[in-house]
Amino acid sequence: MSIEILMPALSPTMEEGNLSKWLKNEGDTIKSGDVIAEIETDKATMEVEAVDEGVLAKILIAAGTEGVKVNTPIAILAVEGEDVDQAAKGVGEADETPKAIAVAAEPAPDKQAAVPAAPKTEAAADPDIPAGTEMVSTTVREALRDAMAEEMRRDQDVFVMGEEVAEYQGAYKITQGLLQEFGTERVIDTPITEHGFAGVGVGAAMAGLKPIVEFMTFNFAMQAIDQIINSAAKTLYMSGGQMGAPIVFRGPNGAAARVAAQHSQCYAAWYSHIPGLKVVMPYSAADAKGLLKAAIRDPNPVIFLENEILYGHSFDVPKMDDFVLPIGKARIHKPGKDVTLVSFGIGMTYCTKAEAELRGMGIDAEVIDLRTIRPLDLDTIIASVKKTNRLVVVEEGYPQSSVGDFIANQVSQRAFDHLDAPVLTIAGKDVPMPYAANLEKLALPNVAEIIEATKAVTYR
Amino acid sequence: MANSAPLKFHVPEPEVRPGGTPDFSNVVIPEAGSVERPPVDAEPESIRKLAFSIIRVLNRDGEAVGPWAGSLTDEELTAGLRHMMTLRAFDARMQMAQRQGKTSFYMQHLGEEAVSTAFRKALAKGDMNFPTYRQAGLLIADGYPMVDMMNQIFSNERDPLRGRQLPVMYSSREHGFFTISGNLATQFVQAVGWAMASAISKDTRIAAAWIGDGSTAESDFHSALVFASTYKAPIILNVVNNQWAISTFQGIARGGSGTFAARGIGFGIPSLRVDGNDFLAVHAVAKWAAERARSNLGPTLIEYVTYRAGAHSTSDDPSAYRPKTESDAWPLGDPILRLKNHLILRGIWSDERHKQAEAEVMDSVIAAQKEAEGHGTLHSGGKPSVRDIFEGLYEEMPPHLRRQRQQAGV
Repeated sequence: MSIEILMPALSPTMEEGNLSKWLKNEGDTIKSGDVIAEIETDKATMEVEAVDEGVLAKILIAAGTEGVKVNTPIAILAVEGEDVDQAAKGVGEADETPKAIAVAAEPAPDKQAAVPAAPKTEAAADPDIPAGTEMVSTTVREALRDAMAEEMRRDQDVFVMGEEVAEYQGAYKITQGLLQEFGTERVIDTPITEHGFAGVGVGAAMAGLKPIVEFMTFNFAMQAIDQIINSAAKTLYMSGGQMGAPIVFRGPNGAAARVAAQHSQCYAAWYSHIPGLKVVMPYSAADAKGLLKAAIRDPNPVIFLENEILYGHSFDVPKMDDFVLPIGKARIHKPGKDVTLVSFGIGMTYCTKAEAELRGMGIDAEVIDLRTIRPLDLDTIIASVKKTNRLVVVEEGYPQSSVGDFIANQVSQRAFDHLDAPVLTIAGKDVPMPYAANLEKLALPNVAEIIEATKAVTYR
Repeated sequence: MANSAPLKFHVPEPEVRPGGTPDFSNVVIPEAGSVERPPVDAEPESIRKLAFSIIRVLNRDGEAVGPWAGSLTDEELTAGLRHMMTLRAFDARMQMAQRQGKTSFYMQHLGEEAVSTAFRKALAKGDMNFPTYRQAGLLIADGYPMVDMMNQIFSNERDPLRGRQLPVMYSSREHGFFTISGNLATQFVQAVGWAMASAISKDTRIAAAWIGDGSTAESDFHSALVFASTYKAPIILNVVNNQWAISTFQGIARGGSGTFAARGIGFGIPSLRVDGNDFLAVHAVAKWAAERARSNLGPTLIEYVTYRAGAHSTSDDPSAYRPKTESDAWPLGDPILRLKNHLILRGIWSDERHKQAEAEVMDSVIAAQKEAEGHGTLHSGGKPSVRDIFEGLYEEMPPHLRRQRQQAGV
């Protein structure tokens, strides 16, 4: 019985990679632990080790192939006693072939094909993008890098600092190429002290520069929170308008995959509580780019919350010389009439899937992407609720004092007479994020919960 | 002020980057046996130079020489060698298990095995370590079952931490191994608090804090030194300088202070540097520091000079930031090889016995792995119970969690 060797995942969030080199040839004998190939992602180059023993019967993916999805069969291994030629022919009978490498893969990206197609008007309908603009498929990671590079070219006062941002090109490769273009004085590797370099950044901003402070994750920024809240957010106010801090604190926020309690928290609600801060949390690459550019130009401190899982997702980004979006404006991702689904950041991935399934059930949901958490675009939400009369808010953060709680409160005060059902909020479970895959899944919101809540508010 | 030059700032750079020839000529290595061994109650003022030298016991020929030699018996030394070999074999298997998808993440100790295994032997039962993720040797050398470590790594149905914590973030009160924090340095100051509490309770147990070269930049490190210095806490403050904090070379955190040990001098804390790849030297220095703590002489700062021969973690690729051959050029050698050569010279070991021990160690690691995999791995087999998600958050489960658990049907 032959065995398929699958494209491994180097990390829980990897979805695809390049097969850069085969170190074994067809016909070679392979022992468990032998390095058989080298694969490469935007993060790193790594070796693929054999699990099982046998003879390399056939190479399915040639060296130099780019964009090989995790779990794709890359070779066939003939096990002891098996005819190699026969095994090589066994390609295509994949269903009966045991999988050789069980990897920590993320759920496959949007399985949109399985559900009715969404109306393809979303991007064109975005009032912030001129009709007829050419669109380029771009990952969120590239969009963030492009935004920083464009602003750094435009304004000498903009610089980026943080752990691993220079030589390593960013722990998540968001600062790719910036060191090479802008040099060591504008792309600065810092010692490991979020409290320290957030403070240095705030000081630099008060001196008139426009720092972009990258946190390797916002989970490490808890110790910097005093600098952010007590200094960055309040100094303009306390100094009678004399000294502000035009600074962007950015980095991945919330849960990724398999990183447990101390690395999986969403800070949207936390920072949204603070007067003096603006809080942005984009979902799409276009929003990531347009809003990061706006954040860098903004004279106030801006918390820019990204998401590790979304970094690799591709979206259409308008090809424009200077694409800047307004902070504080929600985007109607998909218009609808029966119910309003509000979310932001990675919460949108659940909502778009739920929306597609609901459409199959005859429920026409309006999906609103907040994009900015503070200042919050309540007008767009309330206008939508006046139309649909029902509201479900979705986020990954904890339930108490959540963004959804505040929206529910405001809607009940400002549009109570328009509501046909209580506002339902969906959040993460009220526990620290567990590590185990099954528990982690349980701790986060899911599509079924959104569908159930939507059915409840539409009395289906 | 009319003709002042424009101001500049300085970004430290490592000696070489990928493509260059490894160069450690700046690492000054004193001869083994050449550094004095002061009495444990020596005035910090009088031993300042120990923060700028390197205490070494094993010389180039494998002999144990000088005033720091002789802290371990033959049996303890052969056990120590076996612990280091076990840790290396354990790492190799778990590294591979990650590549096979049995866990999502792993961190190995390659080249640093002596630091934690030798240190553990200088402590007593009941003492508490606040380790980082690269001190699993503390558990191995204390006889913590490998299968429990693997159950944690695989996050399976026998995971002692019940699926709640990242792989390698072990925790065992019984073995004096405090829960590892994924956020760096937070525990350095907590360890000082633990040590002070032990003194307040008139207990005899001491604490050991652990930190890497990179995270000494964290304010927790500096706070810990302030408190340890002020209150003369019964603690050993360990800085493992393995030269690299992911891609950031140690000079970024060290700045102009010369050595990490020198950070302790301003606080009046006796501060020593030791050859971290020399099992005998690590043990002797740790024992000296433990005796100080236990005799109410206060804290000691130890910098272990070593080299991270492997990647930072399974998500890291060091060839992006340092020459591939740099670890071969590391002047302090390999800790296992050095102890092995010493034992052979001592007449209590041989190449044959070493080969046999390697096979035995690998067999025991594989047997533990088989057993652990029988309880499940990340994506197959037994998993933590879904009840575990709601348990253990509060001493008593509050009503809203009870409701959530009921809603989840568990």
